[in-house]
Amino acid sequence: VLSFRAVESQSEGQCAPVDSLWRRYSEFELLRNYLSVTYPHIVVPPLPEKRADFVWHKLSADNMDPDFVERRRIGLENFLLRVASHPVLCQDKIFYSFLTQEGGWKEMVNETGFQLKADSRLKALNATFRVKNPDKRFTELKHYSDELQSVISHLLRVRARVADRLYGVYKVHGNYGRVFSEWSAIEKEMGDGLQSAGHHMDVYAASIDDILEEEEHYADQLKEYLFYAEALRAVCRKHELMQYDLEMAAQDLTSKKQQCEELATGTVRTFSLKGMTSKLFGQETPEQREAKLKVLEEQIQEGEEQLKSKNLEGRDFVKSAWADIERFKEQKNHDLKEALISYAVMQISMCKKGIQVWTNAKECFSKM
Amino acid sequence: DTSLAEVNSFSPSMPISPSSMINQYKFEDEPELRDLFITVDDPESHITAIETFITYRVVTKTSRGEFDSSEYEVRRRYQDFLWLKSKLEEAHPTLIIPPLPEKFIMKGMVERFSDEFIETRRKALHKFLNRIADHPTLTFNEDFKIFLTAQAWELSSHKKQGPGLLSRMGQTVRAVASSVRGGVKNRPETFTEMNDYIETFSQKINVLDKIAHRIYKEEREYFNEMKEYGPIHTLWSASEEDIADSLKGVASCIDKCCKATEKRMAGLSENLLPILHEYVLYSEILMGVLKRRDQIQGELDSRVDALANKKTEKDLFSEEIGKLEDKVECANNALKADWDRWKQNMQCDMRSTFTNVAENNLRYYEECLATWESFLASQRVYLHVEEDSEDTP
Repeated sequence: VLSFRAVESQSEGQCAPVDSLWRRYSEFELLRNYLSVTYPHIVVPPLPEKRADFVWHKLSADNMDPDFVERRRIGLENFLLRVASHPVLCQDKIFYSFLTQEGGWKEMVNETGFQLKADSRLKALNATFRVKNPDKRFTELKHYSDELQSVISHLLRVRARVADRLYGVYKVHGNYGRVFSEWSAIEKEMGDGLQSAGHHMDVYAASIDDILEEEEHYADQLKEYLFYAEALRAVCRKHELMQYDLEMAAQDLTSKKQQCEELATGTVRTFSLKGMTSKLFGQETPEQREAKLKVLEEQIQEGEEQLKSKNLEGRDFVKSAWADIERFKEQKNHDLKEALISYAVMQISMCKKGIQVWTNAKECFSKM
Repeated sequence: DTSLAEVNSFSPSMPISPSSMINQYKFEDEPELRDLFITVDDPESHITAIETFITYRVVTKTSRGEFDSSEYEVRRRYQDFLWLKSKLEEAHPTLIIPPLPEKFIMKGMVERFSDEFIETRRKALHKFLNRIADHPTLTFNEDFKIFLTAQAWELSSHKKQGPGLLSRMGQTVRAVASSVRGGVKNRPETFTEMNDYIETFSQKINVLDKIAHRIYKEEREYFNEMKEYGPIHTLWSASEEDIADSLKGVASCIDKCCKATEKRMAGLSENLLPILHEYVLYSEILMGVLKRRDQIQGELDSRVDALANKKTEKDLFSEEIGKLEDKVECANNALKADWDRWKQNMQCDMRSTFTNVAENNLRYYEECLATWESFLASQRVYLHVEEDSEDTP
């Protein structure tokens, strides 16, 4: 059972000056980086966005907007819940102390030296292009995560535009209220009907604010999976890196074995500058050759052990990564289905409100 | 209501006694007693060496005795409608003649002969003729009858008769001269009230017209975005397995709501927008009618003022004054009665139009509600099935 004191200290940050809020977000970032590097086979839950993205017109892209701050707080809380409910990650000591230890946590994380274990971006990119035999499932997963990212981005962008337009429709109806009221002043029989209808139009116009605020939470649910796509890709990249490493090591071993053979039998099977120069300037002494052979044989033995362990590492990685990916898939399917259902529920609520308002308005109009 | 059958068209030089006119204006609009049915349809383009123009088919069905036949079909162009309107205004300066659609529409870059423009105009012309047919006085106007029944050449020749341009201009000049005096200072309270009403009404109806157009525009923008929204979910479903059905379900719901929104927009443009526009034009017409009444009063007042100092010539001009007084009384009564009728009609029109708007929106929300509820039901069934299968060992 874990307590969430860290969340409380987060909400304190809202009253504290601006930069303290950012520092706390940065501590979350540090935690996540640590987890990503330490557990590369795990699909690590993503953080909510730092800056407001996919905004529609009404919400400014203002990061200090209280609604945005609140939604981000909820997002950070959600992140911690995800980590806490993960069978592997929840056992991590650094995570535990993030929740329980306020002072000196940063130093503690840095002392683990996890940054050294991190793979360079360049290395990873190189591996992605050059790897020859990655596990097909990871290749497919990478394509899936690209598609997921692309389609959710598109969806969020259009949703924002739809929200903007919907806002416009509702708010323009608000103009009816004042005109009806002013018009009712010069009418005798129509006056009451107009006036009360105008009131309902005001209610209608005002109702959109809550409706769209609720929809933001739905958008946040989708955004989480947009960011999850990146986490998936990270696991795929790690696999590619390990596989590439393995392939390079195997290649290296093969070439060393070849060199060994050439030296031992004295035949030069492949063209080499060394071979030519030795032909031209005379061969090495038997002692020199002996020394070289010995070095090579040692290297080969080392290489074979390394290859064995790399192979094992690779297979373990694939096995554990794929287990987490299956877990993730189930979580994703469940969550997204729930999100879609909640979207339907929101639409239904919006329709019911609309029906109520327009029923009332109709009654007023029919009495004019 | 026998006085009704006796009334024929009359011109300003032939005022009928006030009492007979008052009886006439007590006639209530009763649609069941309608005996004149008019439709305007079938716009056709005509190309001559000089110009291109559109004619509309005007079909009239009637049981009235004064019509030689019971059915007529003629073709009229916009110019002909303009002629009819000006004849009616001439004959009945203080009656509220219904508005004609405008000659051109400046705002919406609409081509003069675009299908949309022609259709909007056709509907407005249809309305125009029917409003005249429903009017207790105007419906018996002779020029109206000729408009409905005469063949093209007959109408042309009839148009050429009647007071010439110069005499019409003369009337205008006199009217302007008397309007300088106003007729405002002796204006009865009723008409000042009417004037105040019309000023405010005109303001409000113009604002409403703008609001309605704005709503239509916003709904159209919303519709355009929605068109793109549904298909994204379908696209997404292609890369999913387990949630593909849910995504497709949402896509289908959004598409249905999109269609519903299109219907809502259509309702607005077919009903609210034309009515509000008509009343914008009406408010201008009403202001004109009030001015003309003032002018008629002004004629009387200026004559009276002119004679105020000439005691000796009073007898000579008493007949003229008497005629002018009659004219003013007629005009006032005509306007008062027509005003009440117009207000009733306006109330009726507004009530039914806005009720229709509300019904339109209700239908929209009810359709969307049904769509989403059926989607939800399908999802919940699925969840229940899942839960059940988890229970069974």
